Amino acid sequence: MNTAARTGGGRRLLGLLRKEWLQILRDPSSIAIAFVLPVALLLLFGYGVSLDSKHVPVGIVIEQPGAEAASFAAAFGESPYFAPRIYSTRQAARAALRAQELDGFVVVPADFAHRLKGEGAAPIQVIVNGVNANSGRLLAAYVQGAWSTWLARELAARRVPIHEPVAAEPRIWFNPQVRSQNYLVPGLLVVNMTLVGALLTALVFAREWERGTLEALMVTPVSLREILLGKLLPYFALGIGGMALSVLMALYLFEVPLRGSLWVLVACSTLFLLAALGMGLLISIVARSQFVAGMFALLATFLPAFLLSGFLFDIDSMPAVVQAITYLFAARYFVAILQTLFLAGDVWGVILPNAAALAAIAAFFLGLSRRLLHKRIE
Amino acid sequence: MSVSPLIAEGLRKTFQSAGRTVTALDGLSFAMVPGGGVTGLIGPDGAGKTTLMRLAAGLLVPDAGRIHCIGLDATRESLAVQAAVGYMPQRFGLYEDLTVQENLELYADLQGLPPAERGARYARLAEMTGLGPFVGRLAGRLSGGMKQKLGLACTLVRPPRLLLLDEPTVGVDPVSRRELWAIVYRLVDEEGLAVLLSTAYLDEAERCSDVILLDRGRLVDQGPPGAFSAPLRGRTFLVRGADASARRALQARLAAHPGVLDAVLQGEAVRIVTTEAVAPDRLASGIEATCEAVSPRFEDGFVARLKDAGAPGELELPRVDALRRTPGDAIEVEGLTKRFDGFTAVDALTFAVHAGEIFGLLGANGAGKTTTFRMLCGLLPASAGRLRVAGVDLRHAAAEARGRIGYMSQRFSLYGNLSVRQNLEFFARTYGLRGARVRERLAWAFAAFELAELADAEAGALPLGYRQRLAMAAALLHEPDILFLDEPTSGVDPLARREFWGRIYALAEGGVTVLVTTHFMEEAEYCDRLVIMAAGALLAIGTPSEVKAQAARDGTPAPTMEEAFIRLIERREAA
Amino acid sequence: MGARILALIVKEFLALFRDKRSRFVIVVPPLIQLLVFGYAATYDLDEAPFAVYDRDGGHAARDLLARFEGSPAFELERRIGSAGEIAGVIDAREVLLVVQVDQRFTADLAAGRQAKVQFLIDGRNSNTAQTVLDYASQIVAGFNRDWAAAHGLQGPPVSLVTRAWYNPNLESRWFFVTGLVGILTLVVTMMVTAMSVAREREQGTFDQLLVTPLRPAEILIGKAVPGLLIGLFEVSVVVLLAVVWFQVPLVGSLTVLYTGVVLFLFAAVGVGLMISSLAVTLQQALLGAFLFMVPAVILSGFATPIANMPEPVQWLTLIDPLRYYLVIVRGVFLEGAGFGLLIHQMWPLAGIALVTLVTAAWLFRHRMA
Repeated sequence: MNTAARTGGGRRLLGLLRKEWLQILRDPSSIAIAFVLPVALLLLFGYGVSLDSKHVPVGIVIEQPGAEAASFAAAFGESPYFAPRIYSTRQAARAALRAQELDGFVVVPADFAHRLKGEGAAPIQVIVNGVNANSGRLLAAYVQGAWSTWLARELAARRVPIHEPVAAEPRIWFNPQVRSQNYLVPGLLVVNMTLVGALLTALVFAREWERGTLEALMVTPVSLREILLGKLLPYFALGIGGMALSVLMALYLFEVPLRGSLWVLVACSTLFLLAALGMGLLISIVARSQFVAGMFALLATFLPAFLLSGFLFDIDSMPAVVQAITYLFAARYFVAILQTLFLAGDVWGVILPNAAALAAIAAFFLGLSRRLLHKRIE
Repeated sequence: MSVSPLIAEGLRKTFQSAGRTVTALDGLSFAMVPGGGVTGLIGPDGAGKTTLMRLAAGLLVPDAGRIHCIGLDATRESLAVQAAVGYMPQRFGLYEDLTVQENLELYADLQGLPPAERGARYARLAEMTGLGPFVGRLAGRLSGGMKQKLGLACTLVRPPRLLLLDEPTVGVDPVSRRELWAIVYRLVDEEGLAVLLSTAYLDEAERCSDVILLDRGRLVDQGPPGAFSAPLRGRTFLVRGADASARRALQARLAAHPGVLDAVLQGEAVRIVTTEAVAPDRLASGIEATCEAVSPRFEDGFVARLKDAGAPGELELPRVDALRRTPGDAIEVEGLTKRFDGFTAVDALTFAVHAGEIFGLLGANGAGKTTTFRMLCGLLPASAGRLRVAGVDLRHAAAEARGRIGYMSQRFSLYGNLSVRQNLEFFARTYGLRGARVRERLAWAFAAFELAELADAEAGALPLGYRQRLAMAAALLHEPDILFLDEPTSGVDPLARREFWGRIYALAEGGVTVLVTTHFMEEAEYCDRLVIMAAGALLAIGTPSEVKAQAARDGTPAPTMEEAFIRLIERREAA
Repeated sequence: MGARILALIVKEFLALFRDKRSRFVIVVPPLIQLLVFGYAATYDLDEAPFAVYDRDGGHAARDLLARFEGSPAFELERRIGSAGEIAGVIDAREVLLVVQVDQRFTADLAAGRQAKVQFLIDGRNSNTAQTVLDYASQIVAGFNRDWAAAHGLQGPPVSLVTRAWYNPNLESRWFFVTGLVGILTLVVTMMVTAMSVAREREQGTFDQLLVTPLRPAEILIGKAVPGLLIGLFEVSVVVLLAVVWFQVPLVGSLTVLYTGVVLFLFAAVGVGLMISSLAVTLQQALLGAFLFMVPAVILSGFATPIANMPEPVQWLTLIDPLRYYLVIVRGVFLEGAGFGLLIHQMWPLAGIALVTLVTAAWLFRHRMA
């Protein structure tokens, strides 16, 4: 009896795998979750989420036209960052800012030419709309840069010596053009796969409970390990497929460089997917109803992966308590790995500890799922 | 094989439900009779039938006691038990997006049936179940009866030594039920299979070789079906009143008689069981009726046994007076047709329901009963034809017209997480009752349906019988003229069904028109008139006696309602 | 008619709040999310780790580095002794910034030559990199100003001063907390309305409701009102928390704010009821609500400006009610905007509300079967 049960194990697992596979093929929703959802989200996010400002509407108030003022305004026109508009009074520019037609404006005063000769100390005023603090700060920095460049050129032409005691020379590694897609797209892959992994599995056990199929399954001599593997392997295959599709899109559609090696990417994705699927399995084992499982999967995945993974907001800048919370989410580790793999390369100092954390989370979720799944139906 | 296939010793099992401890099995001990054959497991709701099945299949762990299946401890050696036992749960979870063949293959893999044996086994199962032509069809596309047969086939794919069937025929029409039975008995005869079957149909229990009767987790009795009815010899009679149309009044009077244990309608007569063997004329004193001694049925034994065991006695029945007697027919249907893209579910149906009668709507699964029912209630638009309920078409009439009907669906359809009182208050208000009238009707509902003690309990946590009472109370708060009942007694035990019908009679006496669908053929006898539908069309219409007469033929001049039903459907299929 | 609708509304509230789980889902997660995300969602730098490679060691270099250490934006993680270590600390994400001071720094300054300092920044997160560069440049500019003043040097003839209106310290928390007001309102309102009809369908109570004298319009109103009221309650709590806990200034008038809130709630309820009347099962309703909410949040300008999106995506944002609502909330909170400025946000909201509610009512009537 026992030996028979043991030798039948392979066939039972194969039977379960084939069943799951047929169900996936017949029910387009799993395929949609694995392939259509990542593509749609990646397109939406990839194009919709960008922090690179271009053609920012900036007002230039020229109180008294003159050669200097015209040259200054022209310098703004050359920059791709700005879409300058000329105003003749501050009042007009202010009204435009209030009406959100402008993000900021620079006041070129009536005595601009005079001041340039260094005789008036009063500074030139820049006003930015600070509601979106990040955009406001970036705009201020861009205006400062445009101003410095123009001033240096102007003073050099007049042979006026300038004293800038210290010159700072910035070098931005990994992403010299500071293209935000380069870091957003790898992060989006993580948000995507968290959602896909959890949604794929969160519903599977709950669905079997609700349809009564699990009770019929439980009275066959199938073992729990076979049931779990029978669920995990097909959805893992789907998830990896979705991941591969997303990576291809990242490389060829969004032109993000991949500087690390492919096998590390595959290995880390495997670990992450196991963690995400494991969380989904656990949710569906505990919840037993598709509705509760779905609700929980969405709450536990999307917003944390979006806001707490370091994909958009820097974890270092969060308060300690919130930082501590981020350690609970697998997304955090995978974001660190992916941003490094895509933009920096195989940096083992980043990859190994994060991969270890992913492995631990995967082991935790899968182990707990195994413990909580009983062949009893109480 | 002399070992009993299933032995329970002091079995105890409790569940935690909403903070209360519910005892499902309370020290149950019994042994199934050794050898093959079908053992019936019967008892009212909450007797512990399903719990016992699950314990035997190793799906639950008992709190105390032991259960042995084919010589193995079902709790500790559950994998081995599961390899040797076939278990079909109440709702067998077929994978509806897999085909018939794929479902069979899956269970063959899981049960470890060697590939060499599969071809022959599939062929045999296909032949027995009649599923042969449908192997490539998705399980979800099968009819209800076919699904049950496929579930049975999946359970049997590797010949089990013990087959556990948990109410396999709930919600299945009489034709499919008969087919399922043929399969089970063939297996018993040809393979010597032992079967434990729980059922709410007493005629099924009567056909078993041995019956186990449970009540509230305890064994009440065990023995062959004949042993249940034997003690009632000389205590069962058919009473015929002078006026057949007054049979319900006669039934009510007899039921109230202290010497009568049980009184039910059967044809135009009332079948009674007396507390002791008495001369029939003594009983009929004061009643203008003739009394005829009949031999006891299993059902009589079942009811007598449970009433002896202390089941709740007769209730004071609520009398409801229809507020507005509708002149003429309460429901008129003419050429009613419903098409769902290309498929005609109801085909030019014509009938009328007179005011104040109990009207039955019968038919096999998929015959179009539910579609008809939903069109009458205004839940579904008709494709063609004319229908009038209380003089109007509910689909187009003013919303207030719906206030004249009451509706109770086959599923519990009140708000599960609201209390009994909140549910009743809500429905009272949606029907436009206000202030003192709400209080008055609620008080009536609490009294008539004995819900006062449970007023603040959550509706979803009530036992099945009480949920059904609540649903009926909610449907009657606004004193409707017409009451629609869709399979109200599906899955309900025989005692609760009697109580339920007692209430229906009281309503009909008060002038309420009742339209009811059912799968229980003996309930069809309780109707004043009925229709039988097949494939969307009307097969027979009339009083129960008239319908039975239509099916009579040389061999059986007086068929039972079930025989009549099956014969009418077979006759149509042959044509 | 009024009494029947009232009964339905009372029933909806009882059904929502008698169940421990749904009571919890409506009240607790939004508050936790506001607190956690209110703190997590920030583009500001706070104690960003940096390393120093001081090849000079002179007093001027020490003075400059002290300014970095003194800034709340940066925190010194380590000092580096050799050029070879730089790559290691940045690669391993130990620090975001390495400040490398040239070896002739103090000598050059003393001699009146231009001294050099190099910033090496981790560009993996380009936005953080730009913020780091911005902060670091300001520190150097401050050093330059002070050095020039102390040594009587001629600085640039004119300098720029930047003032940020509405948010003088450019705190991104003000921006995100006001944004969360919108997102949380949307999530809760959608959950209450999108699930309501689908749940009744699944539990079989919908048929029971349809055979009562309630008209479809009455059922629709009965389903919409709880969503509106719960949404209003949720908004009020979140606004209160934003003002009291996160100290976001509420400059404008509550009348304008609540006008926007009510318009937005109508739009959200309309979308929720549309989903609800389309969905047959609870799961479909949940998925539908999710498929609406994710793009609605992404395209609303909550985290990234709409102006940065490609043109076709910008058109898409025009049908996103959250887009208008966020402008209203932020406008009222931070800018003190009145009806005159916000009218262009309010009429599209009213339009969306009208279209979705009418569509929901239509779907409701035609899918009753």
